[in-house]
Order: sequence, then C-alpha cells, then structure tokens
Amino acid sequence: MSEQFEPKIVAFVCNWCTYAGADLAGTSRTKYATNVSIIRFPCTGRIDFMLLMKAFENGADGIIVSGCHPNDCHYTSGNFHARRRWIVFRSLLDFMGFDTDRITFSWVSAAEGTKWASLVDETTEKIRAKGTFTEFKKLDYSTLEKLSNDAITK
Amino acid sequence: MARIGVFICHCGENISATVDVAKVAEKAGKLSGVAFSVDYKYMCSDPGQTLIIESIKEHKLTGIVVAACSPRMHEGTFRKAAEKAGINPYLCEMANIREQVSWVHPKSDATTQKALDIVRTLVEKVKKNVALFPIKVPVTKTALVIGGGIAGIQSALDIANAGHKVIMVEKKPSIGGHMSQLSETFPTLDCSQCILTPRMVEVAQHPNIELLTYAEVESVSGFVGNFDVKIRMKAKSVDMKKCTGCGACSQKCPTKKIPDEFNEGMGFRTAIYSPFPQAVPNKPVIDRDHCTWFTKGGKCGLCKKICPTGAIDYETQDEFRDVKVGAIITATGFDLKHADFFPEYGYGQFKDVIDGMQFERLASASGPTSGEIRRPSDGKIPEKIVFVACAGSRDKAKGIEYCSKICCMYTAKHAMLYKHKNHEGKAYVFYMDIRAAGKNYDEFVRRAIEDDDVNYIRGRVSRIYEKNGKLIVKGVDTLMNSEPVEIEADMVVLATAVVANIGAESLAQKLHISYDQHHFFSEAHPKLKPVETNTAGIMLAGACQSAKDIPESVSQASASASKAIGLFSSDELTREPIVAVVNRQAPPNFTSCTGCLLCMEVCPYHAIEKEEIKDRAGNLIKVAAHVNAGLCQGCGTCVAMCRNKSIDIQGFSNDQMMSEVMALLNS
Amino acid sequence: MRIGYYPGCSLEGSSKEYNDSLFAVAEKCNITLEEIKDWSCCGASAAHNLNHDLAIALPARTFALAEKQGLTEIVVPCAACYSRMATSKNEISSNVATRQKIEKFIDLKLSADVKILTVFEFLQKYIFPVVDEHIVNKLNQKAACYYGCLYSRPKEIAAIEQIENPMEMDVVIAKAGATPIDWAFKTECCGAGLSVSRTDIVAKLSGKILEDAADRGAESIIVACPMCHMNLDMRRPEIKKQLNKDINIPVLFITQALGLSMGISAEQLGMNKHYVPTEQVVNCMVKLEA
Repeated sequence: MSEQFEPKIVAFVCNWCTYAGADLAGTSRTKYATNVSIIRFPCTGRIDFMLLMKAFENGADGIIVSGCHPNDCHYTSGNFHARRRWIVFRSLLDFMGFDTDRITFSWVSAAEGTKWASLVDETTEKIRAKGTFTEFKKLDYSTLEKLSNDAITK
Repeated sequence: MARIGVFICHCGENISATVDVAKVAEKAGKLSGVAFSVDYKYMCSDPGQTLIIESIKEHKLTGIVVAACSPRMHEGTFRKAAEKAGINPYLCEMANIREQVSWVHPKSDATTQKALDIVRTLVEKVKKNVALFPIKVPVTKTALVIGGGIAGIQSALDIANAGHKVIMVEKKPSIGGHMSQLSETFPTLDCSQCILTPRMVEVAQHPNIELLTYAEVESVSGFVGNFDVKIRMKAKSVDMKKCTGCGACSQKCPTKKIPDEFNEGMGFRTAIYSPFPQAVPNKPVIDRDHCTWFTKGGKCGLCKKICPTGAIDYETQDEFRDVKVGAIITATGFDLKHADFFPEYGYGQFKDVIDGMQFERLASASGPTSGEIRRPSDGKIPEKIVFVACAGSRDKAKGIEYCSKICCMYTAKHAMLYKHKNHEGKAYVFYMDIRAAGKNYDEFVRRAIEDDDVNYIRGRVSRIYEKNGKLIVKGVDTLMNSEPVEIEADMVVLATAVVANIGAESLAQKLHISYDQHHFFSEAHPKLKPVETNTAGIMLAGACQSAKDIPESVSQASASASKAIGLFSSDELTREPIVAVVNRQAPPNFTSCTGCLLCMEVCPYHAIEKEEIKDRAGNLIKVAAHVNAGLCQGCGTCVAMCRNKSIDIQGFSNDQMMSEVMALLNS
Repeated sequence: MRIGYYPGCSLEGSSKEYNDSLFAVAEKCNITLEEIKDWSCCGASAAHNLNHDLAIALPARTFALAEKQGLTEIVVPCAACYSRMATSKNEISSNVATRQKIEKFIDLKLSADVKILTVFEFLQKYIFPVVDEHIVNKLNQKAACYYGCLYSRPKEIAAIEQIENPMEMDVVIAKAGATPIDWAFKTECCGAGLSVSRTDIVAKLSGKILEDAADRGAESIIVACPMCHMNLDMRRPEIKKQLNKDINIPVLFITQALGLSMGISAEQLGMNKHYVPTEQVVNCMVKLEA
C-alpha cells in the first residue's frame, strides 16, 4: 500500500455549489481520498481552460471541473458557458491526442456532499489506474535557443 | 515586498486531531514572503482575533491567510478583524483546512501535507490581492409594485407610510386581486371585501402612491437603485379625470352578455364596465374586444351619447410611461388551474362541476346569485354538494407535485358557508390530508366537522359523470376498509390547484429574475432569503412566489417593503467590490480591450456596456467594454471569455488564479 | 407493404370471430395480414404476476421473430396482448441493458424497433383510405363503444389519445353508419380475469356497464378485446340475475360491425358465435343508395 502511486488531482470548482457541497461532505464527516485539492472560483464560467493546461504542465495527473447543475447557476448562465467551453476544449484536446479522460467534468450541488466524496474517490481510482501524466513535454528553452542560434550563424 | 501572516487554527480538536497544525505553522513560516506564522486553538474567538490584529500591527503584515474552517463560514469575521488592524479587509484570505481536509481525511502525513499545500496556495494568492473598496451607487427612492392584490397593497402602503414614493401597476381595471372576489375569509369568516376595500381606498388616496390601473410593465432595464421601467397604460377609452363613476354608461350598454371575469364566468357584464361595485378606481373601461363600436366599425356609441360629462373617448390609444425606480416588488399573485385539466371530473363539460373561486362567487352577497348557492345548470338550490380537495395538486401524474396550501381551509370554509345557508343540505368533502397549520386553522376545520355536520371522507374521487340530472361521484373511503363510495350529488366543487399567474414567465424574463418549472418566482434562498430574488433590488410578495394564504401574503409583503425601505435608507448603495474591471492604460492605448464586446453578450446581468473613448474634441478613438460595477455580480464569465485578457475580476484575477495553480503543484 | 399479424391465443380460440371478421374486412380491401411464424404466448396476466423478466421476454421473442421475418409493423387485435407487447417494447427501448439481457434470454437478435398497432390504429391507417367504396350498408342504430381498461392504462403506453373519453372506435363505428353515444363507462373495469374465479363481481361490474349503456339508449355494444367481450356477452345470464333486468343488447367486435357495413355476410363474420343473439343488428341495417 505504501508504494502505491498517489495521483495529484486539482479540482476547479464554483463557490456556490460544488465548494458548498464539499463543505457539506466535511460537515457530514464523509471520508474520501486525499488526492484532490480544490481551487475556488466564483463560478465555473470564470474558469479559463488554459489554467487546466497549466495544471498538467506543473505536475497534475488529473483534473476535476465541477459546478452547479444546469439551470441552477447562482449567476444564471455561467455554467452553460463552462459546459460549452468544455465541449469545444475536449474536442481540441482529443484532436491533439490528449487523453481527455484525465479531466472529469461534473455537476455537484450544494446539497450533494456524498456525490462530491464519490466523485473524488472514483476520479482518484481512475487516474491511479492511468498512472502519472507524462505526455506533457515542456519546451526546453536551451535547446530552442541553440537551434535558433545555429540557424542564424549558418 | 510581501509580508504575509499565516494563522493556523486548531478549531479545538476539529483540525488538530487529524492535521499536525504546529508542523503546518512551522513550514508555512518558511515560505517565501511569509513574515509571521502561528497556530492557535480558536482563531475566530475574541483572543484569536486579537492575536491576528496584534500580529498585523507588530509585524507590519501586508496580507494574511487564516487557515481554518471554510471561507463560507468566517471570511467575513476575519476580514473585519483585518480592517480593525488597519489593513484593507480584502487583503485577507482563508484556507479551508477543516471542511475540506481535517474532517474528511484520517490523521496521516498525507493529510498534513494537503493542509500545507492549501495554505501555500492561498499564500501565493494573497500576495496578488489588492486593496478593494466597497462600490457606491446612487439610489432612486421610489418603489415599483407590480400587482394590486392584497400583497401589492400591503407593500405599497408600508413603503408609502415610510415616506417614500410608490408606483403601483395593476393589469386589471381595478385593484383588489383575488381577495376582492372572496366572500368570507378563513379562519374568522370575516367579509373579505369589508377588510380589503378600506385598504384599497387608502392606496388610491395615499399622497405617496401613484396608482396605474389597466396598465402593465412593458420593459425593465437598469440595476438596483436605478431601474428604468417602461409602463404600458392600456387605452381605457374613458377619461378618468372627467368620469364621475355615475354608472349610466354600463346601465345603458346594449352588449350585456359578456362572460364576467370577476364572477369567474358565472355571470355576465357589459362591454363598458367596472369589474365590481367597490372597484378602485370606480371608473369603467371599455373592453374593446367586445364593444360594438370597435368590433362593428363605429356602430352603437350609446355610452358616449349618455355620458353626462363627455368622458368617453373612443380614440384613446395605449400610452407609455417611463419611470425611474430604486426597487421593484412583484406581487402578481396566482391563478387556479382550469378546464381541460380534469376530464375525469367533467370540469368544463358538466355545468354543475365548478371550482373554488366560482363557488366563492356564488356564496358572495354581491355575486351572480346574490349569495344563494344555486346550480349553474338550472338555478335550483343543491341538496347535496360534494367538495373534492386536492384536485390536481400533489399529483405527479398531473405534473403538479406541490401542495396548493389554501384549499383544505377554503374547502372547509365553503362547506360551512353552504351549511349555514342550507341547514338541511348535505356536504361531503373528499380529502387526502387536512392541512390546517395556521393560527386557529385546525379549530376552524373542526367546526366544519363537528358543528356544521360536514362529512369528511378520506379518499380520492376517481370519476364524476352525469346521469339523470345528477352528478355521480365515484370515490373511496380509505378509513372504512377502502370501501368504494358513490354519491349522487347536485353540485361538485373542485379545489383546483393553485398555479402561477398566466403572464408570470414573460414578466420574470422582463425582470431577469429566476423562476421554477411551475413559473413561480424563485426566492434567493429558500430558508433565509424568502422575499429577495437573486437579482438585487427585486423582491417578491405573495402567491407569485408560491401558494400561500392571506396572512402569509401580507407578512411577506411587509417583509419585501422593509427590504425596499432598507434600500432607500441611504442616498447611496454599498456593494461588494468583487467585480469585473476592463483595464485602462495610458494614451495612446487607453485600453487593451479591442471592443469585440463578447463579454457584453455573455454577462447574465447586462452589466457590461459599450464605452466610446473620445478625445477632447469629441472624436471617437476607440470603442471598448465598460463594466457597471453597480450591476456586476462577480461571476467572471466575461473574464474567461475575453480573448486578450483585457477584463479581469478583482478577487479572482487571472494572476491570482494562476498563482494558486502553480503554488498548489509546486512545493 | 407487408403488415405482420399476431393473433394471440384468444383469437384462435374463444374469440375466433374477432380473427375471422378482421381477415374478412382486410381481404375485402385487398390487404394481406402476414402471421408471424412460430409466434408464442404474450404472457398475458400469468407471466407478469410471476416473473418480471419472463413478462418482458415473451413478447420480445415475438418482436425478434417479426424482425427476422422482415416485418416492421404488426397488428395485435387483442387488448391484453397489445398491453403486454407495448409494455415490453417500452422497457426494452428505454434501457440498453434490459435489451441486452432479454436478447440473451430469448437467444435471438432483438432491436424492438417493430411498430405495434392496435386494431383501430390498423383500421385507421390501412382500411380507412380504401373502405369508402365498400360501405354498402348503414348500421342505423345507437352503439356504445366500450374500450375497457387495457387500452387506457398505464399512461406511458396508452393506445388512445383522450384517456378519459376515447374516440378511436367511435370514429370507426360512425363510418359504419351507427351513432356512437356519449356514455360514462367507456373505460371502466368489466371484472376482467375474475370471470372464472369471482363471476359475481364480473356480474356487478359488467352489469353497471350494460346498465349505463342501456339507460342511454344504446342498441349494441362495440368492443375490441376478447376479455371484455366474454364478460359482457357470455356472462349475460349472471348479469341479468344481478341487475334483475332483462337487457338483451348484443356485443359486437369492432371488425364485425365494420364488416356488416361493408356487406360481408353475418356467417363469415362469425355473428352466430355470440351468446347474446345479434340478429337485431343485422335486421336494423339499411342498404345505402348506390
């Protein structure tokens, strides 16, 4: 058990529903895996999906994006925009050969503490099975610099 | 140079039982930019807050992170403490290590590490926090009350009596709403019009209230404290200033057979009419859909000839009024579910199957039968009446799952009124449950059963059909071994479901307020904010929010009024500064915004406007977006939409969110 | 155009006249009904009382066989068979897992896309467009159309539009020149399967139905269900005893009534197979001018 791969998962959630739902899981003392850490946004509509890429670049193995159920958005329509963005983004990632299964898009309401806990556990196991995220390759600036210098001097 | 203070709370044992708080405080102290780090048993307590305040002063902290419970719990508390210590309250952030760490994970290194990760994340965020100052917007101290029923009347009087102006808009020719149609009210059996009409008159005569009847809201724009409302005043065809309410016109009007709305179709009215004798204003209007002058190209014209003051004017058109108000109260009330909905009961098919409001009109002394309960089919007095409670309500198959709240009480009232007028008559009530939870309500129902001999049968009615002039009611008595019961009734009264007013959806869309699948308007929070909507400045009163009786409508109306009065209590409105801002730069750029206005399209609050940046001569330099801070609710959808990151949200800025992501993953 | 046909057990046995009259009407209009090869029991009331999966699988087998035969539509005249088939199709179509499970049970490929038609849907869709030239008689009497329970419940599979006051058969009987009456017992229970075990209850319930029809001047009762027919027709002696009234209104199948108006002989329509004599209907008929 001690040498098991522990995935690092970042959750981008909205303040009014999922964050509150996670709080409810806490108040209810529901236990779940430690692998997911939450970053709070006012609304899923606020989430710039490039932040997801940044997370993967910096060592995240998996991501959860979660907000209010459609029609329940505290700001009326933010979650609709998030959903549309996700559909387009996912299609782009797919095209790029990225394993879109590493990103879980969900709706968790402020009353769904147990759902949050299940979501965390299920996602943790799913990412654990996939292993560390290694596909992202950082640009090696020194190589790039050398290549460009070579091109200039040639 | 950042000097961040980190305060780790034990929360008694709640956090310290599973998280090694001392270790977290120690490691946090070593983070770059952290000038001070400490742990304490109860950070939100008086000594805890004092510790924070003293530390801020002593260590000259430029920002603080309190690692404790959820910010939804105590963010306000610690922000106030920061303010007391002399730094801007928005330089304080909370790290949630209780609800989202200590309470959900076992005691372990991983748990402590997670707490530290989260503290580190918020430390990086707070380094990018800027001082924010509450936003002030001016307030127009006039309220708009939409709907002139008992709820609207109560709200209007409360606000007017507090010294503010009120504009009341009512779509019918008279105010009074459904309460004016009632005969008596439960649980006192007070004459409804007797208690209502003095209020109606008070509204009409109040110096602070402007009453616009036969009018509707056409459009609404603006924001709390500063709404722009366009009102359509429908053409009455009668000059209200000249009309004295003598009534000669309706007496002489030859079109006498129009089904009367006030009497729920049980009687008739004329084309030029005042809905009921105590109408306020008691001046008639012409129903252009049925008036001969309008339907037959200028024929008749009797009322105009007869009118002693020359008040009739067929040429009047709808007029529009633009008004500025600071608060809006919706009090548009309810309707009853009608007709085709109950084919199994023959409602709409058999004349003697009527609904509760129609019975109310029969019972009313000013109704079509002068207060005698008579069968609509042949005018005879019914010897047996069956009342069917829960007709449509609490029925998933009919799509109305909720309870309509008022029917158990008014059914008991109807049965009692019938028995009072017909001692020998037999009254039966088929019910599922009896919901009589108000003050003196249960006693009222008991009276019906014990004093007035009303037969209560617990069971539903499956079918009603007509045979030989009688209505055969087929039901069941579940308290008698589920025996089928068949009653040959002379009349059946259905307590049909309370539904939202027919124009509710379109009004809600005009106001940009939320509504549920039944078109009842949504309150901001079902428990703690029952009279506000999610749209600042718009309040709800009465049955437009959900089915309720008169005392509750009046209470809610006064509550809404108090919200409006609170809004008007200062000349300026203060709002949370977590809003979006479009950047401004020095000339010649002025802003990196290209004026694509995509943000404007997605803002749910219409808070973004087009701004024309001009030079001193008035020449247009560029078009950019501009956020109205008074209206912005801080969702950030615009920020994510912006293609070149020209709009950002203070409190959840691009920089802050990026710092959080980087900090979380890099230790 | 190939139209499949599922008779079920009743139409081959106790209600053979329903089968015969349906074929006679179709034949006169040059429409062929293709019986599903190797069809088996729909499960009726027995299956769903015992085992849910069995109740879904039995009709599913019929669908699978129909699909194998290349049929896209099947006519199911018996109300009970129709109800079981519609229920099964509803469950299979709405849940992929159920369909896969049932497919394993019946060991046949199953898509459940086949469309199931009631007898009145069949008459409206295929017979009505071509029947006018065949109508030679007018039935010339008041008829009470009795729909029974299975066509109107549950809501999810109801075969009729106005559940509280169906008109599908009324429309057909009007075409046959009869006057459909408005009455209160169109969808009330006749006693159904209690016909054997508690005939007294059937006598009471079916008695109420007959009484209302008779009170409103009906001269015949029209049905589209073998069970309804049995209770209203075969149990007439018990009903008469229960009501202490001599009601002699005959009970016809919808296809028999339509067939009579099309000039098909009473023998071919199986009119002699009823318990309550039906001559009155034939005698009431009026020949239409050419």
